[in-house]
Amino acid sequence: MSLLDTIVQGVLLGGLYALFAAGLSLVFGIMRLVNLAHGDLIVLAAFLILVLVTALGLNPFVAALVAMPLMFAAGWLLQSQLFNRTLGPDILPPLLVTFGLSIVIQNALLEGFSADSRRISAGALETASLKLGTVNVGVMPLLTFLSAVLVIVGLNQLFYRTALGRAFRATSDDTVTAGLMGIRPHRIFAAATGIAMVVVTIAALYLGTRANFDPTIGPARLIYAFEAVIIGGLGSLWGTLAGGVIIGVAQTVGAAINPEWQILAGHVAFLVVLLIRPRGLFPRAVD
Amino acid sequence: MGVRRIQSLKEKSEPFGTSGGFARSRPPPHTPPLKGEGGIGVGALPWYDTSKRGVVMDASHRPWKVETRTKASSAFAVAAAIVVVVAILAPLFISRGLLQDLFFILTMLTLAQSWNLLAGYAGLVSVGQQAFVGFGAYAMFACVILLGLDPLSSILLAGFAAALLAIPTGFFAFRLQGAYFAIGTWVVAEVVRLLLAQWKALGGGTGTSLPSGTTRDMIGVGLVGDLFGMRAAHASDVVCYWLALLLAVATIGFVYRLLRSRQGLALAAVRDNQEAARSVGVDARRVKTYVYLAAAFITGLAGALIYVQKARISPDAAFSVIDWTAYVIFIVVIGGIGTIEGPIVGVIVFLLLQNMLADYGSWYLLVLGLIGIAIMLFAPRGLWGLIADRTGLQFFPIRRRLSGGPISFTTKGAPHG
Repeated sequence: MSLLDTIVQGVLLGGLYALFAAGLSLVFGIMRLVNLAHGDLIVLAAFLILVLVTALGLNPFVAALVAMPLMFAAGWLLQSQLFNRTLGPDILPPLLVTFGLSIVIQNALLEGFSADSRRISAGALETASLKLGTVNVGVMPLLTFLSAVLVIVGLNQLFYRTALGRAFRATSDDTVTAGLMGIRPHRIFAAATGIAMVVVTIAALYLGTRANFDPTIGPARLIYAFEAVIIGGLGSLWGTLAGGVIIGVAQTVGAAINPEWQILAGHVAFLVVLLIRPRGLFPRAVD
Repeated sequence: MGVRRIQSLKEKSEPFGTSGGFARSRPPPHTPPLKGEGGIGVGALPWYDTSKRGVVMDASHRPWKVETRTKASSAFAVAAAIVVVVAILAPLFISRGLLQDLFFILTMLTLAQSWNLLAGYAGLVSVGQQAFVGFGAYAMFACVILLGLDPLSSILLAGFAAALLAIPTGFFAFRLQGAYFAIGTWVVAEVVRLLLAQWKALGGGTGTSLPSGTTRDMIGVGLVGDLFGMRAAHASDVVCYWLALLLAVATIGFVYRLLRSRQGLALAAVRDNQEAARSVGVDARRVKTYVYLAAAFITGLAGALIYVQKARISPDAAFSVIDWTAYVIFIVVIGGIGTIEGPIVGVIVFLLLQNMLADYGSWYLLVLGLIGIAIMLFAPRGLWGLIADRTGLQFFPIRRRLSGGPISFTTKGAPHG
């Protein structure tokens, strides 16, 4: 495997990590909530798509479209019924409640689907590849990366071009003042988590079609997502994509040297960035 | 420092002494901040007139005292001493299976106390304490297998190894604030796990076992076996159990002493208001670093001890976030975070739930998670918080109260301040 090939694969893998991270970044940016159940929610969405595919015989992409409104509703409910009660100056309640939720989701999935590895079948797309110059690129990794770019473009448009986005930014800047201007912060938060869950569904589609998954892999996805957000700098969605790409490239390069070093190389890249630029590469939010 | 005389206050108290009951309705006009250890806390505490205990008759002979002891805590100290003595003698009359259960519970209590110190008192919510459990366990294995040391001395070395590891990991984790610290510690734990999985001499990714007979030849095992006429395997369980008991009691003692010391006051001040604490000269970072290192040391000792008993290690088990952090967090949250009593209550609930739900596999964790969420939402100070609110009980009182003098005034701090 040539170096160029390795790097291209890494960049495309980074798209998947950016998809994991975009939802986390969105929720954190608006309400300073770090959702420790984020990875498990991705796995939950993957199981939802799997059920839709196997029970209704849908194409995975159609199944993801069906799953999106369901996950949006789930996110809305989670935020309005659970997370909103924990927000405040104390960081303990949101951390511990989302950690508890993470354990609950994992074990509910284990009860419902057992610990077996699953995979969502995407048919011929799984093995299809394109020849771009000297490197062969899989269609699924390419789709993943393009989806990540589209999601980030879409979220940026939402943030800076719509009334809802203005409300997001206002609430993020100053919740109390936004409340005085007729914005209901708790509804805004619920909408934000709902949208984050739609992004999570997109991430879950690619997680499930590209590799095997089981109920226990959530925390590792949370860690990749978190690393991408921190590397990119808080509050910057394009930074999050860059962060995902850095982890992806570090992992594929690490794996090319020694397959056992794949995951470790990603973490080391994160620690190096933390060492050199503790606030990330493109910091925007001040926290 | 249970009772402390304060000379400067004693002199001030004398004019009051003659006026007897008259002064009862007045709070002390001005209390200068106490010098030395009490400097930060007491002066800032609000005053409450709780002179229900009546007027002290011969006031001029009673100097002012700052004390933390209460009637309930004195009674509890006696009860606790009895419990510890019974626990020491327990191996003589309980079965080996029960002994192993008690060993497990005591190590969980130790881990819970050290996590509570981190999260409940220092505000450092770590989801990565498994790094120190695993590293302590691996350090112990390395000492036994590679250096040929006795498991007992290896446990102590493992504690220091974990504290050493905490220096670089703290360096990274402390760059992240609040919630990010939590995931940062988790990343660090993953890195340590992946690195140790590369250590081929200790079995790499699949792990390894202690050489057979290691625990039977451990210091003290032969003696215990001869003394009580036990088989070597049973005797080594007894020794491990005593060590776990010692570790749990020492940890509680350490946390209690720390909280009543100058550092403990600094810790409470930093937790309640970091800016205010810094403005009166508390070095928040240094206090937190100290707590982080101490928690790593205790957690490393506990990890090494757990794996002396298990005698078989693998990276996935030794660095399990469920076993060494999730359970611990639930124990503390359910019992009551930010109190010493909380983890003790929590570990009892944990034991009961485990016995009730043992046959239901992942339902157990599911229920534990739901209870943890419910407690955090509706009773954030846990079961012990509910008990303490109703009864006012404090078994490990850390609030300083000013008593003695003409009238026994009592100072009360903020909750668990």
